Amino acid sequence: MSTATGYNFAYLDEDTKRMIRRAILKAVAIPGHQVPFGSREMPLPYGWGTGGIQVTASIIGPQDRLKVIDQGADDTTNAVSIRRFFARVAGVPTTERTSEASIIQTRHRIPETPLREGQILVYQVPMPEPLFRLEPRVAETKRLHAMADYGLMHVRLYEDIARHGHIAISYNYPVMVNGRYLMAPSPIPAFDNPKMDRMPALQLFGAGREKRIYAVPPYTAVRSLDFEDHPFEPVRAKAACALCGSRESYLDEVVTDDRGGRMFLCSDTDYCGERQAAVQRDAAE
Amino acid sequence: MMETPLLEAHGLGLRFGTIPALDGVSLEIWPGEVVAIVGESGSGKTTLLRVLSGLLRPDAGSVAYRGPDGATHSVHDMGEAALRRLMRSDWGFVHQNPRDGLRMGVSAGGNVGERLMAVGARHYGGIRAEATEWLRRVEIDPARIDDTPQQFSGGMQQRLQIARTLVTRPRLVFMDEPTGGLDVSVQARLLDLIRELVADLGLAVLLVTHDIAAARLLAHRLLVMRQGRVVEQGLTDRVLDDPQHEYTQLLVASVLAA
Repeated sequence: MSTATGYNFAYLDEDTKRMIRRAILKAVAIPGHQVPFGSREMPLPYGWGTGGIQVTASIIGPQDRLKVIDQGADDTTNAVSIRRFFARVAGVPTTERTSEASIIQTRHRIPETPLREGQILVYQVPMPEPLFRLEPRVAETKRLHAMADYGLMHVRLYEDIARHGHIAISYNYPVMVNGRYLMAPSPIPAFDNPKMDRMPALQLFGAGREKRIYAVPPYTAVRSLDFEDHPFEPVRAKAACALCGSRESYLDEVVTDDRGGRMFLCSDTDYCGERQAAVQRDAAE
Repeated sequence: MMETPLLEAHGLGLRFGTIPALDGVSLEIWPGEVVAIVGESGSGKTTLLRVLSGLLRPDAGSVAYRGPDGATHSVHDMGEAALRRLMRSDWGFVHQNPRDGLRMGVSAGGNVGERLMAVGARHYGGIRAEATEWLRRVEIDPARIDDTPQQFSGGMQQRLQIARTLVTRPRLVFMDEPTGGLDVSVQARLLDLIRELVADLGLAVLLVTHDIAAARLLAHRLLVMRQGRVVEQGLTDRVLDDPQHEYTQLLVASVLAA
């Protein structure tokens, strides 16, 4: 793909990148704390990943290799558009392989393949405030964060157990970062929460519309909130992937007809494809 | 009885523009004591309550609180974090309107449990058992533990607010017209309940009210306020049976006899 001319490397001008990098550095220094930044207008609508794109644009270099996933898949609209965007404005190589990428921008999933040191995972975040919907006043939520006054979040979990018999939050499940800040992990499934804990890769979160950046540095403790007698349990469909047979990965339920037919597939397309290829290699040998 | 007061205010003064809301008010609250502040609307009762509980900073004077550790802290110098910690553990606040003190969209059990969770309770079964017990104590059917306060009557909401406040066993409770807005029979039961709980738990209570009858029923000691000043104070029965200040005399004479 040809690189677009007339744009600075990676679309944003250098001053904007510096501003965003400063916010990222502060966010890394205070794990889980939301740092305000001057979010720019991007050539796509809010909610399509403007925050994630700005973070990626300010950390990407010509030697980087970028992977973009949307709901775990490399081939959905959002993932394809953002990948093509960076191929054009930065001329960086892209990949669908988790292990080959140095930067992975994601919406709603963490790859199944464990990340390693040196990789950066960039999350697109629609609503960075975990206390949103519980406390309507923004100033008050800031005060609650400052005082580490998080009883309110537990009230929400209590209400869930009282009403449903279990904690019924299946995505965007609140976490405590480094034992200090309550953080919204973006709308990843609760299934992915344990992957955040002490992850060797750097995790950056960008919320474009809400103008916030936050981060989890490598090897930082990330604990999902729970009760002693109702411990956190990652939820997974009780099935194996119809394509690769995995019983460990997070599955999408796909309706195949209008008579109740359905199948379960890995949501992580790269992980599923690798496993299928391995099976074929074994069969050929 | 302990040898030092729980809360001690000295020479409090506060002006709103040219209006003196508080003018040289001093008072002490001892452990296990119920002190009522009475006076007409605009006499500075609620302002005094807000200053004593650290919500409002006075122009002059100081408020000292003796914590459970025995050390005395100035309420207005302790910093917001310490004050909040105090507010959700050692102190309680019962508002006139239960809507100010309750989360209306959260179940009764969640409302009672919030203060427990705020001080670190993380066992669902334990929190629920404690909430059930407190609903029973304030005469709310424990079967309604999962109903929201919106489905409760005014009197039940007020009792729920009291349960929510007392669940962490505070040592000092501020009450701002706790029986306001309720009809007389409900008021009478609520007063009975408060009196019983206060005696059981050995609470110190600072009660702000314009209802002389409620003050007589609950309070050991009475302060009469007018235009930001304490015009008379003493044991409740003494003040009400033998009022010295002309304003107190007027106040006592104005009580309707049924």
